Amino acid sequence: MSARYSWGGDEFVFVELAEDMSLQANFKAVAITNLLRSERPDGILEICPANASYQVRYDPDVLDPHALMAQLTELETRVGDALGVTLDCRVVEIPVLYQDPWTTETLMRFRDRHQDPEATDIEYAARINGYAGVDEFIAAHSGSPWFTSMVGFVAGLPFKYQMVPRDRQIVVPKYLRPRTDTPKQTVGYGGCFSCIYSVRGAGGYQMFGITPAPIYDPTQSKPDFTEHMVFMRPGDMVKFRGIDRDEYDQLHAAAEAGEYRITARPVAFDLQPFLDDPDGYNKRLLEVLA
Amino acid sequence: MTRIEVRKPGLSTTVQDGGRSGYYHLGIPPSGALDQYSLTCANALVGNPDGAAALEIVYMGPELVFTGPATLAVAGATIAPKVNGSAVPVWESFDVAEGDVLAFDYLKAGARAYLAVSGGIDVPEKLGSRATYALGALGGLDGRPLAEGDVLPVGSGTGRAGLVVPEDLRPSLAKDVEVRVVMGLYDHRLTDRGRATFLDTTWTLTPVADRIGFRYTGGELETVDREPPFGAGQDPSNIVDSPYPIGSIQVPGGVEPIVLHRDAVSGGGYMMVATVISGDLDVVAQSAPRTRTRFVAVDLETALSLRAERKDRLARMHSALER
Repeated sequence: MSARYSWGGDEFVFVELAEDMSLQANFKAVAITNLLRSERPDGILEICPANASYQVRYDPDVLDPHALMAQLTELETRVGDALGVTLDCRVVEIPVLYQDPWTTETLMRFRDRHQDPEATDIEYAARINGYAGVDEFIAAHSGSPWFTSMVGFVAGLPFKYQMVPRDRQIVVPKYLRPRTDTPKQTVGYGGCFSCIYSVRGAGGYQMFGITPAPIYDPTQSKPDFTEHMVFMRPGDMVKFRGIDRDEYDQLHAAAEAGEYRITARPVAFDLQPFLDDPDGYNKRLLEVLA
Repeated sequence: MTRIEVRKPGLSTTVQDGGRSGYYHLGIPPSGALDQYSLTCANALVGNPDGAAALEIVYMGPELVFTGPATLAVAGATIAPKVNGSAVPVWESFDVAEGDVLAFDYLKAGARAYLAVSGGIDVPEKLGSRATYALGALGGLDGRPLAEGDVLPVGSGTGRAGLVVPEDLRPSLAKDVEVRVVMGLYDHRLTDRGRATFLDTTWTLTPVADRIGFRYTGGELETVDREPPFGAGQDPSNIVDSPYPIGSIQVPGGVEPIVLHRDAVSGGGYMMVATVISGDLDVVAQSAPRTRTRFVAVDLETALSLRAERKDRLARMHSALER
């Protein structure tokens, strides 16, 4: 399918690369926006890759909108099917206390907005995805890496796409009506995306657990944030690791003291070999964390 | 150096400027004054550059004490300022001296007023801007609205009292407004009838109207039936989470359109059907709850000529103040 282009008022071009979500559509978005960033014409204000789409904000007093549109369609042609694209990525380990007391307390407060008021979010997700129970579900959620396909919604919040064939992907609806509260660093889930809430606030994703790892630090006082206040970048492949309450308390205390560092290793990621053998590829990928 | 002491913070007073650019891909929106036209006027009145940091006052004004002399101006919503209890005009620069107390009368028209001070509010820049982004605890004063007891630093600058923005160059602040939009994004997910309903309805602004978004009520938009694509979610208004242009209008569930403003969430899973042209974000910014709003479709070329007209108005405002 070729991309669909649309004006967003007089300052934005919006490009939908595919209607449905796939790693390939995301790779196209990343590849096109990377090229645009390297060939950046004057007047570009923002370049925002997303899951299966991207947008560009420009100043029409500096850059002719039609010239920009022509450049974007040319980049689309050049990137093609994106199957040969290699990205410089990181493999990142995020510890998770599943079924933690804080998100459990929060979800109990909002049962009237949920599909299944009798169950917790994770019990509901396990059931509708055909898992025998919560433990089996957690094993699936933490068993394979997740590709960061978009950062946004609020400052530093990563959307993560599960790196398994589509028939094995977890799919969960969002809350019937969004909550007005979500604890900071909640590991959430909506549609086919896992996320980590970077700040406390409203949210519509199901809540499965919480990580002690800070991913957003506007004061830039913590060690992972000396270069930037946002930790997660598109292309980060996240491996969730289930932890118990003792380890959570220990890591949380270290994070509070400014002593916690997220484990992250650089890797190159190739789309075609991954699509040919996802399980084998993931296994090799995760060896860098060992 | 003059400082501003906050005796009462008002409803939600924040430091705002021309906004920050280049971080929206990380979920950090432009922020800055919602009504950029009025901010520019307020700054021009006190001799500041267009995008200097000022205070954005929403619905209810703060009470402020000045530790030294300064030239001030209030532009935007009609919320009459008082110095030591005596009324001073809006859209006109005036001086205060050490110990003077600035307070505000109740709001008479519009929604947001801008208080500029010669030299600008001198909080530190974060990512190239002093604008407050409260959701991300970033910029402004400690990343939050003003609180009682805060002290704001003021930069050095000299203003001149008695400058006036001519009436014909001030916004109208009407209770019935037209907001020009460019249709597109996901408007193909609406039926022809749904699109017609969007443009034919007189929408009413609800009380859910803040720096993130403005929610309207008044109609229900008919959507095209479809098999949801993988990852989009079940509701017909759902899409695979995508970026949201500033000014884009999303319609969750086909009801209650939301105009995203300068503290917008940067992306999400609801279809957007149109985008407010950049200049008319100022009109949205001055809408108080219950403002009756028509969305009027224009094409890109018209949007660009309206943009040029707005630039011309600002140029005339600047030259009127130089006389």
